[in-house]
Amino acid sequence: MTTLLYDGSFDGLFTAIFEVFEYRYQDVEICSKENFQQENMFAEIHEVITQQEKSERVLNKLEQNIGKSGIHQLLQVFLSEDQEMENLILSAVKQSIKHPEENILQNFADNDILKISKICKSVSRERHRMTAFVRFEKLQDDIYFAKIDPDFNVLPLIRKHFKDRYADQKWMIYDLRRHYGLLYDLENCEFFYPDEKLDLNQYQQKFHEEEKKYQTLWQSYFTKTNIKERKNTKLHIQHVPKRYWKYLTEKW
Amino acid sequence: MNFDRIKEKLEILADAAKYDVSCSSSGGKRKNNGGLGDSSASGICHTYTEDGRCVSLLKILLTNHCIYDCIYCISRKSNDIKRAAFTVEEVVDLTISFYRRNYIEGLFLSSGIFKDADTTMERLVRVAKKLRTEHNFNGYIHLKSIPGASDDLMNEAALYADRLSVNLEIPTESGLKLLAPDKNREDMLQPMRIVQKGIQQYKDEKKIIRSTPKFAPAGQSTQMIVGATNENDLQIIKVADHFYKNYGMKRVYYSGYIPVTVDNRLPSITSEVPVLRENRLYQSDWLMRFYGFKADEILDFNMPFLDLEVDPKLSWALRHLDQFPVNLQTADHKMILRIPGIGVKTAQKIVSARKFQVLNIDHLKKLGAAVNRAKFFIDFTYGNPFLKHLTDLNLRKLIIGGSQSKFQNQFSQQLTLF
Repeated sequence: MTTLLYDGSFDGLFTAIFEVFEYRYQDVEICSKENFQQENMFAEIHEVITQQEKSERVLNKLEQNIGKSGIHQLLQVFLSEDQEMENLILSAVKQSIKHPEENILQNFADNDILKISKICKSVSRERHRMTAFVRFEKLQDDIYFAKIDPDFNVLPLIRKHFKDRYADQKWMIYDLRRHYGLLYDLENCEFFYPDEKLDLNQYQQKFHEEEKKYQTLWQSYFTKTNIKERKNTKLHIQHVPKRYWKYLTEKW
Repeated sequence: MNFDRIKEKLEILADAAKYDVSCSSSGGKRKNNGGLGDSSASGICHTYTEDGRCVSLLKILLTNHCIYDCIYCISRKSNDIKRAAFTVEEVVDLTISFYRRNYIEGLFLSSGIFKDADTTMERLVRVAKKLRTEHNFNGYIHLKSIPGASDDLMNEAALYADRLSVNLEIPTESGLKLLAPDKNREDMLQPMRIVQKGIQQYKDEKKIIRSTPKFAPAGQSTQMIVGATNENDLQIIKVADHFYKNYGMKRVYYSGYIPVTVDNRLPSITSEVPVLRENRLYQSDWLMRFYGFKADEILDFNMPFLDLEVDPKLSWALRHLDQFPVNLQTADHKMILRIPGIGVKTAQKIVSARKFQVLNIDHLKKLGAAVNRAKFFIDFTYGNPFLKHLTDLNLRKLIIGGSQSKFQNQFSQQLTLF
């Protein structure tokens, strides 16, 4: 058994996958350094040094077999932070190299592929929910600020959506769980990684003077557009799971 | 701006608009060119009301003053309620401010008819025009056309709106006469024809001149109130089918009647909202739009009402047992779509996966089929023990017994004993 340790990055993972083929490892698992705990004392450790060139070679080869959308699916699996994530991706790559003429990601009867397809569904559902449930709050300096806490690391997946949509206002989306964010300053739209956790104490004092008023209007609208005669709490919670409520303006 | 007054207006005019069923913000293809907003093809539901309906657009009336007296309508002239009216600027400001905070995908603007059809329609168009031209707003705009509005105004509306709709209100003409004496069907059809013609013309011109301005790019929709008059489901489905085919409708919505008035022409004020019937109508609508069913396959003169116990696809299958079992490995996609318990996506996955290997019932479960229904109708290559029930006279009972309707307790008219 060989354990490949990589730095946790996407390119790192694909460098590791390259080396699985390069060194012809048979019995192998890939693990990020951060999550690594040595359990099997007989396992051989192989440390991977991220090399973009190696990663790109795997990705280019893969793209020929499973297309851009296939690569996107593997990226979703990567962002899922699932415990088995590395080894599922490795399994998909192995299968794709073995059957280059087919899009193996459509072989839903295979257990690993089915897992990948399920993870993709969960990740893209969370991505979609973030495009829906992000609530911007206007601050004194005219920046629209939003806090999120998604189950998967979907910030990279929603960047284009918000960049295309809000081209004429400054905005920021901050992932509270992973402590990084996305900032658009009317020109560039980049990730930022603060050294310390953002201090959100007395955050509401930084609100623009009109912010509270529009929040109140939205809350009134939300209440009034409901049809009491058709109350259906089960359906409501199914669509808006409770874990999102604390970030939703209408659920004050 | 006087926020307290705006809040009061918003409460009145959102409350009055909530019975409009359409919520969709899909089908728009507007790109953002440095301004505010875009419309993604799939649309986004930003939240859900406590009744479980999606909130995608700011759905409000411009005013609830109305010269008409349609009995089923909360804003009717004879109803003694608070009245209010927004100015054009107020609607524009609300739309923009909500959109910037990512509360909504855009605006759904409807109105009571004040003065006359054209004056009202002109005001609706002005809101859309201001949003597009002065604020560079590319979010979704749905305008509710006013029956009887002139052709010119309809054409102008289609230049700024993504979707236009006229409510049919009541499925049958006789029903409409009874409940909305001031309205007539022809006034509703004319605006639909104009929009349909414009959309066709746009498509033709677009082939030659690429810069042709967009014309109602998300098409038109309509809605009917179900259960206010005594029409049957067959009539409703036929009307929907007619509008899909002859008017190129994108969507027909069905709205279970909610009693708002005491009147001997209407169901009693204590009658329940026909939620289950409404749901069955939507299921039939889906069968027509995505599953390749024809209207007269779903219902016919011998069977004018949808089965409330089982969904319309299962109901069809039970009446056509001779078409089953379907072999999962060899049947064409069209027939796989007709198996009860298999949806559009699962059908697609089956067709993909079976190229790689022979599928069994466990695969089917993992692919997301409702196996409790599907298993009775499918032949696997290695055989299927459930097939022996296919000819069973009690098949229907067997299936109902093995599945739980999500509506069973919530909207049941019967008391449960245990």
